[in-house]
Order: sequence, then C-alpha cells, then structure tokens
Amino acid sequence: MLEKALYGGKRYWTWIFFLLAVIGIGFLAYLRQLSEGLGITGLSRDVSWGFYIAQFTFLVGVAASAVMLVIPYYLHDYKKFGKIVILGEFLAIASVTMCMLFILVDMGQPMRVLNVVLHPTPNSVMLWDAVVLNGYLFINLIVGWTTLGADRKGVPPPAWVKPLIYLSVPWAVSIHTVTAFLYAGLPGRHLWLTAIMAARFLASAFAAGPALLIILCMIVRKVSKFDAGSEAIQSLAKIVTYAMCANVFFFLLEVFTAMYSNIPGHAAPLKYLFFGLEGHTGLVPFMWTAAVLAFVGIALLVNPLTRRNEGILPFALIAVFIAAWIDKGMGLVVGGFIPNPFETVTEYSPTAPELAITIGVYAIGALVLTVLYKVAIAVREAGTAVDH
Amino acid sequence: MSINRRQFLKLAGASTVLGLGGATVLNGLKREGLEASQISPDPRALNAKRWGLVIDVSKLKTDEDYQRCIDACHNIHNVPDHGNKKDEVKWIWKDNYEHTFPTTTEDEFMNHEYKEKNFLLLCNHCAQPACVRVCPTKATFKRKDGIVMQDMHRCIGCRFCMAACPFGARSFNYRDPRPKIKIENKAFPTRMIGVVEKCTLCYERIAIGEPPKCAEVSNGAIVFGDLEDPNSEIRKIMAEKFTIRRKPELGTFPSIYYVIGGKENA
Amino acid sequence: MYNSGKIIAGLIVFVALFTFPFYYNLGKANARPEPKTDTPAIQEYAAKYGKKECVESKEFMRGEHMQLLNQWRDSVVRDGNRIYVNSAGRSFTISLQNTCMNCHSNKKDFCDQCHNYMAVKPYCWSCHIQPKENKS
Repeated sequence: MLEKALYGGKRYWTWIFFLLAVIGIGFLAYLRQLSEGLGITGLSRDVSWGFYIAQFTFLVGVAASAVMLVIPYYLHDYKKFGKIVILGEFLAIASVTMCMLFILVDMGQPMRVLNVVLHPTPNSVMLWDAVVLNGYLFINLIVGWTTLGADRKGVPPPAWVKPLIYLSVPWAVSIHTVTAFLYAGLPGRHLWLTAIMAARFLASAFAAGPALLIILCMIVRKVSKFDAGSEAIQSLAKIVTYAMCANVFFFLLEVFTAMYSNIPGHAAPLKYLFFGLEGHTGLVPFMWTAAVLAFVGIALLVNPLTRRNEGILPFALIAVFIAAWIDKGMGLVVGGFIPNPFETVTEYSPTAPELAITIGVYAIGALVLTVLYKVAIAVREAGTAVDH
Repeated sequence: MSINRRQFLKLAGASTVLGLGGATVLNGLKREGLEASQISPDPRALNAKRWGLVIDVSKLKTDEDYQRCIDACHNIHNVPDHGNKKDEVKWIWKDNYEHTFPTTTEDEFMNHEYKEKNFLLLCNHCAQPACVRVCPTKATFKRKDGIVMQDMHRCIGCRFCMAACPFGARSFNYRDPRPKIKIENKAFPTRMIGVVEKCTLCYERIAIGEPPKCAEVSNGAIVFGDLEDPNSEIRKIMAEKFTIRRKPELGTFPSIYYVIGGKENA
Repeated sequence: MYNSGKIIAGLIVFVALFTFPFYYNLGKANARPEPKTDTPAIQEYAAKYGKKECVESKEFMRGEHMQLLNQWRDSVVRDGNRIYVNSAGRSFTISLQNTCMNCHSNKKDFCDQCHNYMAVKPYCWSCHIQPKENKS
C-alpha cells in the first residue's frame, strides 16, 4: 500500500523535495548542536527547557486528538466520521513521531537514550511518558494500516482490530495526562503545580488537534478528489468550539486562583507572561496575541453563521490553533521557569539554530503526514471501501 | 514444499525474534561480574546515616570569606567558568537573603543587617529529593548516607532534574567545559557536554576520611556532620541555635541548615 | 525483468557503497598494534617488584578491561566502594584516572594503539583527564 505514495503529480513531488531540503538544513543544524552542545540554543541554567520541549508538549495534544474521531465513530456509530477517522489516526502518527524527535533533539546525550530502558525507574514520569508515547504510536500504526488495508481490499477490517481501537481511546487520554504529570508534580514550579494541568492539556488538545484536522481535510479536498463531507467538518468544528471554550475557561480559573489568593509565588509567573516582571516583557506580546486570537476564534466558532461559512471557518481554526500553540508551548513551558527558584528573571528566546532544528523536525512530521495521507487518499479515491 | 510470501515472512520474523530474544536471555544469564568480596570501601571512609551541613553566615564576614569557599570547591572539582549567566555552571555560590529564602517574601521591617547579608547556596541533599524522584535513569540517586549523588556516565541530559529541583542547585553542561576550566585538578575528572552536574558533598573526600572542601576552608562557618547522630557537632549547634532551611514547605526535607540569629550568635 | 534499468543501476550503486571500506583502504597496510608498557611509573614498579604487573593478568585485561572498568565505575559511583582486591590478593584504589592512567601514562602508545587499530572511540577521556604525555 505504501507504493501509492510513489505516484504523484508535479505539485506532490515539489512538496516532497521541498520538505527534504528543509529536513536537510535542520539536520545540519542538529549536527552542529551535537558537536558544540545545547549551548547554541537559547537555553540557560534558569530556563532549562525551551522551544523543543514546548513543541513536544503541544504536539502530544495534537496526537491525542485522534480520539475525538474514534469515540464518535467507533463507540457511538457516528457514520459521518467514517471516511476521515484514518486521517485522524495518521495525524496522530505524524504528531507522535515529531514528539519523540523533539525529545531526542533536546537531550544532552541522545546516544544514551536506551538507559531509560536499561535502568527503568518506575517513580519517574518520564519513563511512563516514553511507554505511552511508543504504545500510542504502535496502536495507531497497526489500527490505521489494518483498517486502511481492509478498505483497499473492500472488506471489513479483521475482528482483532476492534479491541485495539477501544484501547486507543483511554490510551489517547493517557498520553496527554502523563505528559501533564511531567509538569504537575514538580514542587518548585508554581505555574505548573496545579491539579487542573491535565484537564487544561486535554481541552487544549481537543481544540487544536481537530482544528488542524479540519484544515488538513480542506487541503485534501483541494488537492484530490477525496471530500470529507461538510457534515463531518461541521461536527469537528463544534468539538473544537466546545473544547476551546473549556480551554479558555480553565485558563481563567488559573488566573483567578493566582490573582485572588495574592500569593506572590503563585501570581508571579502569570504576571510575567501578561505584564512582565522587573522590566522583562519578552513574552507579553505573544500572550496577548494568543488571548485575542482565542477570543476571536471562539467568537467565530460559536456563531453558527460564521462557523458554517467555509470561507471564514479556516481562519477561526487557525486562530484557535495558534492561540493554543502559544499558550501551551511558549507560555506554559517557558513561563514555568520564570521567575527562577530565586525569584529573579532570566528570559529565554530561541536562537536561529534552535529554530532550524525545530522546523526540520516539523518538516519530518509533514513528510510522514504527506506520505501517509497520499496512501489514504489513493485508497479512498479508488472507492473500494465498505461501509463508509 | 510450497510456501507463500506471507507464511515465509511470518516464519522469518518469528525466527528472528526467537533468535535474538534467546541470545539476549542466554547472555544475561551468563555469570559475570566481580565477586562481592573483591570490592570494599576504603577503611578511612567516613560513615553517616544522613550527612548535612550547618552554615553560620555570621562567621562569613568579608566577600573573600565567601569566595574562598566557592573557589576551593570549584577548583578541586574542575568546575568550568564560562563567563556568562546563560551557560553558567556552579556547585556553590553566594546570594542575598531575599533570593535564598524567596518564599518568606519581601519584608521591609526586617533586621537590616540580615537583609543585606549574603548566604552560601548549594545542593541541599534533601532527604526526599524531587530530582531523584523524576530522574528516568537513576543517574541522580540518593546514597545510603544521604548524599544525593550524580552518575555522569548514565545521565542522558534530559534536564528533568533541573526542572524538578526547587532550589536551582543544578547546572547543565551546555558547552564543552574543558576550555573554560581555569585550574585543573588532575586527580578529579571533568564532565563532558550534555550532562547535569551539582555539588556532590565531596563524596570523593568523605570516602578517604576528609570533610567537604567548602567546610574545610570556611573557618568554622560551615560545619559538616551526621544529622542523625545526636552527639555530632552539627547536632550540638542545632540544639543551641535556631536554624532554618530553604523552602521547607515543599516537602523535600533539605539537609543544609542556616543559623539564624543576631549579634549574640556571632 | 521489469524496470531492469532502474534495478541494475540500483544494484551497482549498492555494491559500490557496500564495498567502499575495502577498496578505499586498499594499499594502506595497518601495522599491528604494539602497546608499550615502558612508562616511568611501570619501570619504577618493575625495578621494585621484579616484574611488570597490572591489576589483573594481561590476558584478562586484553579481553575484559572494559567490563572491569564498568564494574569499577558502578562500585565507586553508585556503591561508594573504592578498594579492589585482585585475584592475587593485592588491593588497589579503584580509579581510571589515578590508578590505571598512573602506570599507563602513555595513552598514545598504549591505549590508542589498539583502539585506533580497531576503530574504537571510547569517550572515557572526555571526562577522565588523561596524563600529559612527554615527548621522550
């Protein structure tokens, strides 16, 4: 079935080679990082996790969002999602791949990564994060490939796939909960030490992930004969709406607790993010942009006239996606380290090599996604699928 | 016999897995390793149930007093000086009251002398360390004598411990440290890029019967001893004077105590 | 054969890449490694005890020094034990930098001899300071 990715027009191959070029540049930057060290990034003694881990945190959410297609279709027989569940699963595969790559490029000694397997430490959340991410990758690969293969042959998928699909539902929730636990159990970081961290993560994931999926469906509709169907898109858009409302609501809950309790340690990170601390205002414009985009996105999505308008919908979704990306990536990860344990401020911003490596990893994800989607589209266009 | 491609692939796959798996199991069962009787501690080694320090900053009067402790530690341990705050590596350093005890918050009515006073900060070798809790490879681990140790060979450089430490005690080697080591101690290794490092309570000196270097050069400002030995000098000091620890409310139970008091404690 | 052009071209590229190490190194005879054990520290030891001895026998060290070093590493760093009693009953302080390299202070003529020949690059000396080697 993979050979279907080898047949494409000029537009397809231009895109593939463009991605390969970007990956090449990112790879060269990574070689430099391997030899000179992570000092070529913007990381410091105070802000020891930055852009790479921010992308990882955000993309785990996008990966988990495949469950928003699986639950309605497989658990509640919502047939409208039948054609596009595979796109959600393939997006999950590309996202989890990028997550693992971001962790790898962030490591100081990546050649020692197998130490996590050789010396498993059950009390470390990071071990469980590795377990659930790899598990989710395998589940989606097996489920996606098998169901697509069955569609290609025009037969229903084999019975053993069903339990795996059911497993993927709690597993998707678990990958993001475990990732939230990386942050939510650390005693010294007040921005992260909140019970609502996992819930916030999931809400943000279920907003950003399906938003990206809808946009991908629209792109697929433009470049191929495969149409997800406007009903499916509208259902997904409603999911994005509710999830984003929950996400913003949870964030406002955090703001209330921090500000009303007046505990300085609790309020300081949020003050830094939105107003700056001691004259340091590096993230302020980003956070307010995210806030504006979030409300504009919600406004456009809640209003059925603008949501149903497929000319306006993409912009609402992009607004939601970028807002979630800023908030969960830069805002959350970097904000957790500011102020530092001594209550002083050391700011962080990514450097050019760091951005090059990041874009390179995104290009790898885009390549995986492109190849997998090409295969899925080819099967759908052949029209052999049963029951969709 | 006729065999189709699918059956062949299944057979090849199963054979490979069994072959590799079997080889691994047999390898693991092979008896190797040193006999327990061959390895033993140095007879000079100091032993304790829980090592700790008491730091009386009233005995550190000049900037030079602080710097002597810092330089002594950094010199014998080949700690690099990168010259900038971003790549900074430090095992022990000085900072003022507000930064050492930030959760006690700004207090404008506080004793002026203590407000201006500097403290010496280092890894607290906590009894329930957050960093050990999160390390995925046990590269940082708690020894039986209480020292929170760092295994530079195993560290994968994920920096989870740095995120977890509430005291900012850990540094990462963002760049190659060797060019920036001012004075090399040939008896102690350096580190390489990509690993986390911190104060290890001079485990290599304790192993041959000597106290931590900072305590040795502090002229009595830093006292080293076994917190669980009621007859130790450190416990005697703590029985007479009021001591505090950094961020005790976080539940890590630090082992570094700071003597607090006015002029009568000098 | 379908696509015979592409397949044959691919095969030629594969064979060329696969045999690269062989024809690239043609003519470059690699001498046998000859690790030298005539450092001042070893000669002093030999003068005192009448023979040259390492922590364990030459045969054992040649084959298993890395396994011994790994166990030494764990016993010092993780267990806090620094004394090693060898199979002949002599005790040593466990230390690559201060025990092993004390005698074998000629890394280029000893350690590197075999390591270079086998194209092995252990990174021990990224951290464990290697002794400064004299020109003599």
